[in-house]
This record gives sequence, C-alpha cells and structure tokens, in this order.
Amino acid sequence: MRLASLSLAAAAAFTATAARAAGPDLGPTTQSATNWPAIVIFLLFVLLTLGITYRAARQTKSAADFYAAGGAISPGQNALAIAGDFMSAASFLGISALVFTSGFDGLIYSVGFLVGWPIVLFLIAERLRNLGKFTFADVASFRLDQTAIRTLAAVGTLTVVAFYLIAQMVGAGSLIKLLFGLPYGYAVAIVGVLMIVYVAFGGMKATTSVQVIKACLLLFGATVMAVSVLWHYGFNFNAILADAVKIQPKGLAILGPGGFVADPVSTVSLGLALMFGTAGLPHILMRFFTVKDAKAARKSVFYATGLIGYFYILTFIIGFGAIVYLMPDSSFYNVAADGTYNKLTGLVGGGNMPALALSKAVGGSLFYGFIAAVAFATILAVVSGLTLAAASAVSHDLYANVIARGRSTERKEVLVSKVTAVVIGFVAIGLGYKFETVNVAFMVGLAFAVAASCNFPVLLMSLMWRGTTTNGALVGGVLGLVTAVGMVVLSKGVWVAVFGYHDAIFPYDNPALFSMPLAFAGIYVVSKLDNSRRAQRERAMFEQQFVRSETGIGAAGAHAH
Amino acid sequence: MLDKQSAATIDDTDRIMRDPAFQALVKERTSFGWTMSIAMLVVYLAFIFLAAFGKGFMASTIAGSFISWGIVFGVFTIVFAFALTGIYVSRANGRFDDLTAQLNRDAM
Repeated sequence: MRLASLSLAAAAAFTATAARAAGPDLGPTTQSATNWPAIVIFLLFVLLTLGITYRAARQTKSAADFYAAGGAISPGQNALAIAGDFMSAASFLGISALVFTSGFDGLIYSVGFLVGWPIVLFLIAERLRNLGKFTFADVASFRLDQTAIRTLAAVGTLTVVAFYLIAQMVGAGSLIKLLFGLPYGYAVAIVGVLMIVYVAFGGMKATTSVQVIKACLLLFGATVMAVSVLWHYGFNFNAILADAVKIQPKGLAILGPGGFVADPVSTVSLGLALMFGTAGLPHILMRFFTVKDAKAARKSVFYATGLIGYFYILTFIIGFGAIVYLMPDSSFYNVAADGTYNKLTGLVGGGNMPALALSKAVGGSLFYGFIAAVAFATILAVVSGLTLAAASAVSHDLYANVIARGRSTERKEVLVSKVTAVVIGFVAIGLGYKFETVNVAFMVGLAFAVAASCNFPVLLMSLMWRGTTTNGALVGGVLGLVTAVGMVVLSKGVWVAVFGYHDAIFPYDNPALFSMPLAFAGIYVVSKLDNSRRAQRERAMFEQQFVRSETGIGAAGAHAH
Repeated sequence: MLDKQSAATIDDTDRIMRDPAFQALVKERTSFGWTMSIAMLVVYLAFIFLAAFGKGFMASTIAGSFISWGIVFGVFTIVFAFALTGIYVSRANGRFDDLTAQLNRDAM
C-alpha cells in the first residue's frame, strides 16, 4: 500500500485505511517470481466454479432464476454468501494490516461493518422481502412513481457499484501481480473475463456458489492461521498482547485508538457510513430475495452476523499474530544496507502483506500459496456479486420498467441483463487497466458514503413514512448522492491525493455525517411541501403497502418454489 | 409494484388494517424492532464516541493485563450485535410468524 509507506500521517491515512478495509490499493507493486502452488490451487478453484456455472446455466431459465436463484438458496448458503461479500480480500488483508500497524484501530472498521446487520434485520429485511422481487427499487417504487424512483435507484446502484468495482479491480491487479507473479494487465483481464462468465451464464445461482465456496475456503484459512498463533501462546491472548507491545515500535499505544482517528468528526462520520452504508449496498440487499421466505431471510442474517463477527475476530488475532511473528524476523523485510528495516512499513511486498506473510510463517510456502489463491478467489467472488447487482439495476429497473414500461418479456429482460454483465465486465477491465497508477483509495469510502446517503434514506423513508412522495424521495436522494460525491471530491482523498492540490476544501475524510442527514431532510421537507394530486395518491396508498410489508399478504409470486 | 393482483386486495387492506390482531402484531413487532435498533445504536455510538473522544479510557488496560478497555468494548460490541440478532430472529420466527400465519389464513 502506497499511502501506508508514506509514514501514515494520521489524517491522510484514513482514505488508505478505507481502501484496506474494502478494496486494497497496493499502488505500484513489484512483480514477484511465479508462484506455482498458488496458481495450481487457483486453477482448481476456477475449474470447480466453472463446472458449477455450467450446471447453473442449464437450470437458469426464468428471470427469478437469473436474479434470485429462483428463491432456492438455503439460509445457510445465503449466510455464507452474505458473509462472503463482507470478507473481501481487503477486509482480510486490509484489517489485519491495519491491526499490524495500528493495533486497536482495526477493530473500529470490523465493528462498523458488522453493526449495520442488526439494523438491516430489525427494520428493513422483512419489509424488503414482503414487498420486493429482485431489487430494492421494487420496494421504493411500490407506491411511488416507477420511472422516477427506479431511475434514481439505478443511478444510486450503478454509482456504488462503479466505485466499489474499480477499487476491487485495481486491488486485484496489484495483488495478483504481487502474489502470483502475473503481469498487472493479465490479472485484471482474468478477473474481468471470469466474472462475466459467472454472471452472464450462471446468474445468481453461480454467483452465490462462487461466493459460498470462497467463504468456506477463507474461513478455513483464517481459522488455521489464528489457531496456529493462539496454539503457540497456549491460547493465552494476553500473552500475545504482552509480546506485541514489546515488539511493535508504537508499544502500548497499539492497545488504544491511535493515529488515523485523529479527528473525532471524521471518526463518527466514518462510523455512520459503515453502519448505514451496509444497509444500502445493492449487492447485499439483493441477497434477501434469493431465499424462499422471510423466515429464511432472517435466519440468513443471523448466521451471517455470526460468521462475519467470527471472521473479524480472527483478523484481529491474525494482525497481532503478524506483529509477534513477523516483526522480529528480518527475512520478511526489505533490509537496508546497514541491516536495519522499518518494522511497520518495510514488509516485502508492501503494506497489505501481514496476513500473507504470516501464512508463510505459520504454514510454509504451500499454505502461503493456498492463502494467495483464496485472496484471488475472494476478489473474483466479490466483483461477481457487484456485477450482478449492477446488471439487475440496468435490466430490471431501467430497461424493463423505465424504458419498456413493463411491456418487455422476461426473456428479453434477462438477455439485457446478460449483455449488461458483459459490457460491465469489459468496462471494468478497461478502467482497472487505466487506473493502475491512480490512487483509488477513496473509492470504497465513497461507495459506502453514497449507499448511506442515497440508497438507504430513499429505501427507509419510502418504507416507514406515510408522507414520503416521489418528489421528496427524488430530491432527497439526489441531494444525498451529489453531496456525498462532491464532498469526497473536495476532501483530502481526492483533492490532495489524486488532484495534487495542497489543501483539502472539505476538511473531513468521510461525508456521511453531513450527506446522510441532508438526504433525510430533503425527503422530509420536499414531501411535506408536495401537495400535488400524485403526492396525495401516493400517501393514500401507504396503507396497502403497509399491510403487505408487514404480512406479505398479496405479495407477487416472485419466487418459483 | 401495482399489478392486477394487488389492485384486487384494496378491500382486504381496509379489513386487515381494522383487524385488532393485525394492529396488535404490528404494534408489538414495530416497537420490538425499534427497541432492538436503538439498543444496537446506543452501544455502537458509545463505542465510536469513546474511540473519537475518550482515547485515554479506551487505551487503559485492565489491571495486571495488556487487554485494553477498547479491545474489550470492541469485542463486546461484536458479540452484542450477534446476540441481538439471535434474540430478534428467535422471536420473529416463533411468535411473530405464528401471528402472521394466522392473519394470512384469515385473509384467504
């Protein structure tokens, strides 16, 4: 990670850590020697998932099959898939790297990602399930104007996916260059082509299977690493901490909040973006439609919360394990001529390496190959989910309901979705290639901020508040989207790090604290002022929406059972 | 989405809205959902505000060990989130679903 090597100046580090948490920005990396064990294990993964995709393609016939796997995913599989969306290469490599350099600070990210889940479950999941078919726009446009709200939702979805996807592609290219010894361009192309195949041919069935397999592999790998570290210390975590504070240059400071949360406003704002952004991520919301009923949807959230929480506790142990295993051993570092090395930033391969280097330390080069292959698979699985969400927004929301105004056939709609997936794949390859040397660290933070400031307020208000009107939702949603993007552009992560200006115009690192309330206020005020005929009709329809959202009575048969 | 099917249920809507069983279910589930949400928010915001404004406390360790209050609070928040979802799901998949199934049968 490039920014990490720039001495981790507290404020500048936020955007870097955002990227570590959800989309690694490795910056320029050197190409390593070809890593054969990793390549062989990865090829096995690809063969297996392609086989599954082939089978899924033959079973995928209707739109419900394509978007929602026919509602046939079990709660356990769905939980693994949801957890898989969170266990990105970046939360694995990034959070453990953050713990490695800053200790406690890694927990702020873990906790923030996790606590969105209960809120989604308590307030949204059930109603979403009862009202929607495939996308969250189905829900928001239930009683509001189809054209306006679906367009807004599609724009929100595509914005979130675009930023998230670019960050993942760039991360994938750099990581694979580093781990596999493959050139950057090859890596980006492999990711793009495979994701097109999974999504366009296998739809939600294949995308979910890829995510489930990868989640199992990653949970297995991370468990082995954490248990090896704990085993070495007789399962005494306190002993690990005792050694860590002796070895880590920051000493006791790693036990408390440190450098990158220097500014409290940014910390709180980040906390909000993480929590409520989770509740607005389109590729996650889609997963509630893949199970057969509300009961199964609730169960999947419960299991997923457990899996994600477990995984984040593992990354915390792995981060401290990396401190005690790697820092005393110069063989993991770029050593200067005088025999010294920088314990925090000098790891061979760069800032994202602690978890990977630890896998070598505890399990040798074969295990390292396994973890490297899993990291590649992880990126692949996450980008596939994102692509499917974007393709659904284009085909189901924009094409079928806005352009064709509901007069399209199911077959055409699915075809549009497949073509969109192919287009998105090639665009992602192009952008990934183009952005190789750009600092994309801000993009993941931006994706979460937009999800929290546009998608989430529109969804929540249309569900919960009788008074919401189309005009209100439109103004509020656009306001949230524009201010979130605008504030990020004017903040340090873009204004200084990308455009090279000296000072940032927007002083904080994350806009959610401002952009999210603005969106809510916009929806509220404009809806209140809106007394058009349409607004009155929309308010009058609230009761019908309410009954269906609470009971599921009258819900369209979205899922083939 | 307004389709023919839902248009046919407008009469049902009025009837269900007036149904005391429906009102009781919604009231109970809504207040339960919000109570749980607020509990989660309070614990999480306490954690975030302490990380932002109470660094000294978060960095202080429990006597005789290297485990800081920050680590304890962070892990607690994770476990708390899991426990809350567990409580909600067991109640929703039991009591709330029974009540909803009852309503659905009545609506037929």
